[in-house]
Amino acid sequence: MTGRKATLGFGAVFLAATGLAGAATADELVIGTAGPLTGQYAIFGEQMVRGAEMAVADINAAGGVLGKTLVLELGDDACEAKQAVAVANQMANKGIAFMAGHFCSSTSIPASEVYYEEDIVQISPASTNPTLTEQGFDNVFRVCGRDDQQGEMAGQFLAKNFAGKRFAVLHDKTAYGKGLADETKKALNANGIQEVMYEAYTAGEKDYTALVSKLKAANIEVIYVGGYHTEAGLIVRQARQQGLQAQLVSGDALVTEEFWSITGDAGEGTLFSFSPDPAKNPEAADVVARFLDQGYRPEGYTLYTYAAIQVFAQAAEMAGTTDADKVIGVLRGKTFDTVFGTIGFDAKGDVSAPGYVFYEWKNGNYDYTDM
Amino acid sequence: MAYFLQQLINGVTLGSIYGLIAIGYTMVYGIIGMINFAHGEIYMIGAFLAVLCFSMLGMAGVTWVPLALVLVLLVAMVFTSAYGWAVERVAYRPLRGSQRLAALISAIGMSLVLQNYVLLTQGAGLKTLQPIVSGGFVVYDAPDFVVTLSYIQIIILVLTVVLMAAFASVIARTALGRAQRACEQDRGMALLLGIDVDRTISLTFVMGAGLAAVAGVMVALYYGVIDFFMGFIAGLKAFTAAVLGGIGSLPGAMLGGMLLGMVEAFWSGYFSVEYKDVAAFGILVLVLIFRPTGLLGQPEIEKV
Repeated sequence: MTGRKATLGFGAVFLAATGLAGAATADELVIGTAGPLTGQYAIFGEQMVRGAEMAVADINAAGGVLGKTLVLELGDDACEAKQAVAVANQMANKGIAFMAGHFCSSTSIPASEVYYEEDIVQISPASTNPTLTEQGFDNVFRVCGRDDQQGEMAGQFLAKNFAGKRFAVLHDKTAYGKGLADETKKALNANGIQEVMYEAYTAGEKDYTALVSKLKAANIEVIYVGGYHTEAGLIVRQARQQGLQAQLVSGDALVTEEFWSITGDAGEGTLFSFSPDPAKNPEAADVVARFLDQGYRPEGYTLYTYAAIQVFAQAAEMAGTTDADKVIGVLRGKTFDTVFGTIGFDAKGDVSAPGYVFYEWKNGNYDYTDM
Repeated sequence: MAYFLQQLINGVTLGSIYGLIAIGYTMVYGIIGMINFAHGEIYMIGAFLAVLCFSMLGMAGVTWVPLALVLVLLVAMVFTSAYGWAVERVAYRPLRGSQRLAALISAIGMSLVLQNYVLLTQGAGLKTLQPIVSGGFVVYDAPDFVVTLSYIQIIILVLTVVLMAAFASVIARTALGRAQRACEQDRGMALLLGIDVDRTISLTFVMGAGLAAVAGVMVALYYGVIDFFMGFIAGLKAFTAAVLGGIGSLPGAMLGGMLLGMVEAFWSGYFSVEYKDVAAFGILVLVLIFRPTGLLGQPEIEKV
């Protein structure tokens, strides 16, 4: 009897966790967004969901796609590869025509195989690891930059502004973090800077005091972190506690206000690279204003997710169908009017958008750096 | 030398937190012979209560840090203990006397329930706490390295030592401690001699949860970042510490925690940060090969 009770409990949890698929009707077109809706990177999942919901509402208000109403399905991959593949399969079962996702490179890459096999167009708003579009899958696109661009640019920037300093390069062993750190290290070395320390840490931990002491003992002056904002934030906070005043430099995963809520004043002066702020584009003014009306600041990848869905909607209209092969042809050949302005894709599926610039955290806000 | 001292401080602080959580595992194992896998979640709830309390006290205008600290510790311990008691009452007591596996599975289920409960009620994102106890002092100003010790590290160390001493004396000297030791040795006999076994077991869970709450409060203060998933890794590490020290042994749990914290800090400091967990678990394997009962554990024949 007691045994059966436990089984029932498990069943209920399992059902609640997976959710039940809703069937699409003939005048509806199902699209999906997947990212870390839970877990320590949930803030990025929120950015995606906000962007996607706004895009779907706007497109539906303007008459939908090919006369059909867009319906948004959300998937939670918690930034874990295994879960991402499961989510991708669920999404395929729900019959999505398009995936605006995933967020983490370590999930977008394994999930892209599923979308490739199932003939679903995938546009990642945020996954910057080069591998994503180098696998030869013709259905995979991204509206963000690539880490080889980002690392190259970061390396040059650091070589110019911090020449002669003692560098440490750290990464979190994820596809995104390690990829970005290695590209930056390559560019640093090419520009004549040899890092003093190269270390990997484990994401999801709280204690980086031992690492910080090690950095301090090596007299590190510039710390480059390939990783997400939670760990970068904890590292700089613990560094300041131990009196290590090194400059923290990182990548596009720091573009969230949550970074400052972790670091407080310890985050002052932190530098990170990201594309020129899309919220400043004149094309985005109207959308940004409506986000602000909702009391939400469209940070980081919010507008990227919005743009990914815009691109798909326009491509489907141009193709006159949601058939993946036709849409893919349009995506490669045409340009699209998005919140970033007009964008197109190259043969690999990478976007023709502008590259990267450096931002600086100051007083709880970030803006282009003066360096 | 200075660098060694700093890594020692880092390791001992981390080890104290592991030790505080590990005691909960070891006491429960000692008394009913099961691993309470929901204990990591109890610690996570303690940390959430701490952040919640600090923000409420901030709103109420209690800004004197020592007072706020004591209030938060008390509130977190009381509420977390209530969770510990409820978990035992709901998930383990009905299964007492049935197979050992049933209680173990129930514990894993409870851990999922608590995690998702916090996820649903508190949201999936991070909760952060701005530094409340900031500052510290320079212990040793060597020419090549400045050793620092922050106030919060001192609080963690002092609190751990005081709580350990208090718990050791409760177990050694009070009626409750005698009842706990009796239950540990032979539950059936204890029952025959008129000891309220259910109450003793409940109180053991309450005590373990109280210590986990202290660890949760300290982590919230020390690192300033918590999330609903934090109990998993911390629970795993603390469980390792308990096994390393000899599960069922109170000083063993503390020793295991300290050892684990120091291995992690020194391995990070002198070898590679990347492989510190490999080193920590490697040492666990070695200890279990040569001392299967852990460092301070008593050999026992029956328990699984």
